[in-house]
Amino acid sequence: MIEVGEVLSAKVFWIDRQLLKAYANASGDQNPIHQDEAFAKSVGLPDVIAHGMLTMALVGKFVTDFAGGSASVKEFSGRFVKPVIVPAGEKVDLTVSATITEVNGNEVRLDISATSAGVKVLGMAKALITLVPVVKS
Amino acid sequence: MLNPDSVGRTFTGAELVTVTQSEIDAFADVIGEADRSVAPPTFSIRITLAQSQQLLSDPDVGLDWSRLVHGDQKFQILRPIVAGDQLRCSSTIENYKVAAGNEIVTVRSDLHSGDLLVVSTWSTLVVRA
Repeated sequence: MIEVGEVLSAKVFWIDRQLLKAYANASGDQNPIHQDEAFAKSVGLPDVIAHGMLTMALVGKFVTDFAGGSASVKEFSGRFVKPVIVPAGEKVDLTVSATITEVNGNEVRLDISATSAGVKVLGMAKALITLVPVVKS
Repeated sequence: MLNPDSVGRTFTGAELVTVTQSEIDAFADVIGEADRSVAPPTFSIRITLAQSQQLLSDPDVGLDWSRLVHGDQKFQILRPIVAGDQLRCSSTIENYKVAAGNEIVTVRSDLHSGDLLVVSTWSTLVVRA
């Protein structure tokens, strides 16, 4: 039984330059700030940064894993408060957790926390999901 | 600067966008999703990003896409996107303000399959001063 206030176990996703390239191809967002270090620095960024929408896609995976599948998400929102910085040759963490804020039958609302290197990267992140019942054997 | 007359105007794509299984597979691969029967919840950004950019690149709108930063994003998903969907995008500038010299624009994009609304997205975009 899911209850309001329950905190879901954190999960860590690892992000590297290769994943940024894969996401650029999968999403069509080829903005060079996500792939080209010299370009990123030329526009005042500390280094290459992850697509905000890649962060949100991975947070979405956390949510759908909990809810029981990709079809379970009804609403999903977040604010890109700090960039996820991805230096060459490194894997940086995206650590995701969530708290149940509302339960209404099968409908559940979540407040989500997402950090990288200890810094909050997604603000006001929320999801509304419909739980897919798990058949227990 | 954005033309204030653009606020509230809706631009609807002339073309239908067909979703392919390989596009869903590529997106699912990135996030490690094994289920390919429906698109992951944020997949629609692949369509709305390019479509809204195209629809709102009308010189009359005056939005400078080269200096845009993504501020926030919201999805309302009425049903999951699946391979074979043929979607039409319409984009509306819902809100516009200037704060500390930055332009802040909220673009809503709706994806319809026929008459049925499938996904609505809201992107807040910041044009840096």
